[in-house]
Amino acid sequence: MDYSFTLLIVLLPLMTFAALGLLTNRLKPVLAGLLGTANLLIITLISYFTAYQYFTTGNSASGYIPVTAFNTLWLSFTDQLQIHLGILLDPLSVMMLVVITTVSLMVHVYSMGYMKGEKGFQRYYAFLSLFTFSMLGLVVATNIFQMYIFWELVGVSSYLLIGFYYERASAVAASKKAFIVTRFADLGFLVGILILSFNSNTFDFLTLTSPDGPVIGETAGALFMGVSVTTWAMLFIFMGGAGKSAMFPLHIWLPDAMEGPTPVSALIHAATMVVAGVYLVARLFPIFSLSSPGALEVIMYVGSFTSLFAAVIACTQADIKRVLAYSTLSQIGYMMVALGVSGYGGEAGLGYMASLFHLFTHAFFKALLFLGAGSVIHAVHSNVMADMGGLRKHMPITHITFLIACLTIAGIPPLSGFFSKDEILVAAFEHNKLVFAVQWLVAGITAFYMFRLYFNIFWNRTPVYRHTPHESPPTMTIPLLILAAASVVAGFVPFNALITSDGKPLELTFHWMIALPSVLIALAGIALAALLYYRESVRAEKISVALRGFYTAANSKFYVDEVYLFITHNLIFRFISRPVAWFDRHIVDGAMNLIGGTTVSLSGAIKKMQSGHMQLYIWFFTSGALLLTLIMLYLK
Amino acid sequence: MNLQSEIPLQYMIGVSTLVFFIGLGGVLIRRNLITMLMGIELMLNAVNINFVTFNHYLFPHRLEGHFFALVVMAIAAAEAAVAIALIINIYRKFSTVNVDDVNELKY
Amino acid sequence: MTGPQIIFAILASVIIAFSILSVLDRRILRAAIYLLFVLVATAGLFYMMNYQFLAGVQLILYAGGIVVLIIFSILLTSQINSKLDRPKRTHVFSALLTATVGIALSAVTVFQFVFKPSPAAAADVNMRTIGLQLMGTGEQGYALPFEVISMLLLAVLVGTIFIARKK
Repeated sequence: MDYSFTLLIVLLPLMTFAALGLLTNRLKPVLAGLLGTANLLIITLISYFTAYQYFTTGNSASGYIPVTAFNTLWLSFTDQLQIHLGILLDPLSVMMLVVITTVSLMVHVYSMGYMKGEKGFQRYYAFLSLFTFSMLGLVVATNIFQMYIFWELVGVSSYLLIGFYYERASAVAASKKAFIVTRFADLGFLVGILILSFNSNTFDFLTLTSPDGPVIGETAGALFMGVSVTTWAMLFIFMGGAGKSAMFPLHIWLPDAMEGPTPVSALIHAATMVVAGVYLVARLFPIFSLSSPGALEVIMYVGSFTSLFAAVIACTQADIKRVLAYSTLSQIGYMMVALGVSGYGGEAGLGYMASLFHLFTHAFFKALLFLGAGSVIHAVHSNVMADMGGLRKHMPITHITFLIACLTIAGIPPLSGFFSKDEILVAAFEHNKLVFAVQWLVAGITAFYMFRLYFNIFWNRTPVYRHTPHESPPTMTIPLLILAAASVVAGFVPFNALITSDGKPLELTFHWMIALPSVLIALAGIALAALLYYRESVRAEKISVALRGFYTAANSKFYVDEVYLFITHNLIFRFISRPVAWFDRHIVDGAMNLIGGTTVSLSGAIKKMQSGHMQLYIWFFTSGALLLTLIMLYLK
Repeated sequence: MNLQSEIPLQYMIGVSTLVFFIGLGGVLIRRNLITMLMGIELMLNAVNINFVTFNHYLFPHRLEGHFFALVVMAIAAAEAAVAIALIINIYRKFSTVNVDDVNELKY
Repeated sequence: MTGPQIIFAILASVIIAFSILSVLDRRILRAAIYLLFVLVATAGLFYMMNYQFLAGVQLILYAGGIVVLIIFSILLTSQINSKLDRPKRTHVFSALLTATVGIALSAVTVFQFVFKPSPAAAADVNMRTIGLQLMGTGEQGYALPFEVISMLLLAVLVGTIFIARKK
């Protein structure tokens, strides 16, 4: 069927952005919010319709067929270098459409209540629409260059939204950091794109990833330093994905990005933008698994290390948004691990399916966690756990939904997190036992720090509140309820029939041997957290004192930021930037100033000739006449 | 009397040249407008000698140089009159006839 | 030395000496008088060359007209009592340079050139010839310059009255 109506999904947010951007202060805030939300409601419904149509009718014997709903030539440099813009619908992108529009809609509704009365309300909704447009354009990209374009647009939207409170120096610094780190990673992405497309003469995804296409079918290819060219390209592309998805060591921007408003953190830095890296690897998965398995190994190790690293740090953080940020890092690590351990096609493709399933469920429960945290922050006017406690009496809806989200992320059945995390553990077990062990451990640590968070906010001791916190308004609690419902039922979506590495459905069997230990370690984590934080006690203090050195290191995020600052300030700035700046200021500018100064002094000298002294004029013309005579008569 | 036999042409021209360039030096050296005018008169005078000499020595049967010198004298008189009028005007405006003080037409 | 040569020597030395003095003297009235002497000596030079009419016009116009005008203007701008300023060094140097180069150039040119006098017989220059030619319109007629000069003199007359009028 004709899917060209999907163009609306991408264009409507763009038009809303233009309208809101141009009319900012002339629109009343409420109207701006309603316009943005209405726009999102429309595209959410269109996405659901598309998903329903595609998944019920797009099936065939060889699996789901990708549909190119729209593809137009945008820039044509030569016969071989052409850039198209279009919409590609296949199970992966349709699933992403559903996720992005749903979460974005929830965030739009939530922001009506959360950002009420803020300065720049209309600007906020304009940027949200811009972000939605960019992210949707990214996931429906037909070719890798279009994806790169929208990749950068997403980075820009993130920069604009993190720095929303631009009057705060810390917000400005955080937005710059996010943009610069991801931009640096995108350098690698671009190099990868260029290598890949140079060797295969195309940008188009369908051509690149088809098993008998120019990349996979005909490789063998050249070797460079012992590694094939395709693997180099894939590694560089992964560098871009690692930047956007905040994998170690490019993770430093994500915790600082919590300077933005909380709904922004929910939308961008939990559910949608940070999974762009996972989406990228999934999109190019055939190339990864069939032509460069070495790159997949790298992805697996990076993801695993990141999830352990982030989980440990999350146990020490005092700011609730920071805890959730590190939790996001950890969960994305899970998704990367799942992709890393996956093979292509049939049973081997379990990791692929598990990763995307986890992306799907994670979007809902992480958004729920952030929005719940926002609700708490809104009530208590503070971000730190020390200012909170005993809130279960004052904010019941937030309490229940937050609890559901925490149970989901811990992996307690029958919530959705259990199913997706379990599939990842199964895939890991069958591929690499060490990675499985690490991921299993991280599951326990996840449960521990999430419930540490939960107990510190809703139980423990009750501090003296300046004014008693009250439950949030319905615009904020209704999205919480909807997301909580989604977290519960999303686990029962038959993902294995819909989204797999080769499009064909996958048979799933239930592995008791893996499921039971994972639930047990989660329960152990919860129990430990309850022991330490359920009631006010000094047990937690004693443990942190006992682990003194390690605790301080974890609390300071293992000094990664300090290393970066050292490298940039002491090495790059001092040895490269400063000489370059000196050169620019003195030699380049100096040359220009010299030209200008010379002209001025020359003109000053010449201008003296018009001094107004008559005798000077007379002297000039008589000397000139004599000179001419001399030349004419004798020197000719 | 015909001078061709006794005083060579070059001596007369030499006199005229000297007077001309002395007048030029006078115009360049002098600060007072009136003394500059005097230098100009010297130059015009030297030119007259020049014309008359060439006429007498090289073309004695014609009178072109003679009449040219006549015209030059008339013009010199006219020009001196205008110059004096201007000097009077300048003296009224600037109350000085020093050429260094009347330098307003400049950059 | 024949008579004309002695007279020429005297007249030439008077002209040159007094012109130098006129240019260098710091008392303005003296400079005007030296100028007068130069003009009178030039009239003598014209007389030597048989151009009596021109010598007469020189005396009347230059010596009797222009020098008087100059002396009037000196008196009108009231500078008789003070000495003129010394010229600036740079001015003297540049003037000397220009003058020297000019003299050298002219002298070299003139002394190297071979002048060929016309073989025709000298014309008799008397008032009749001058008058006929001054008013004549034919081959040797100078009626046009005569008329132009008269218009020039009219213009100068009107112009100077206008420039120098009291506002």
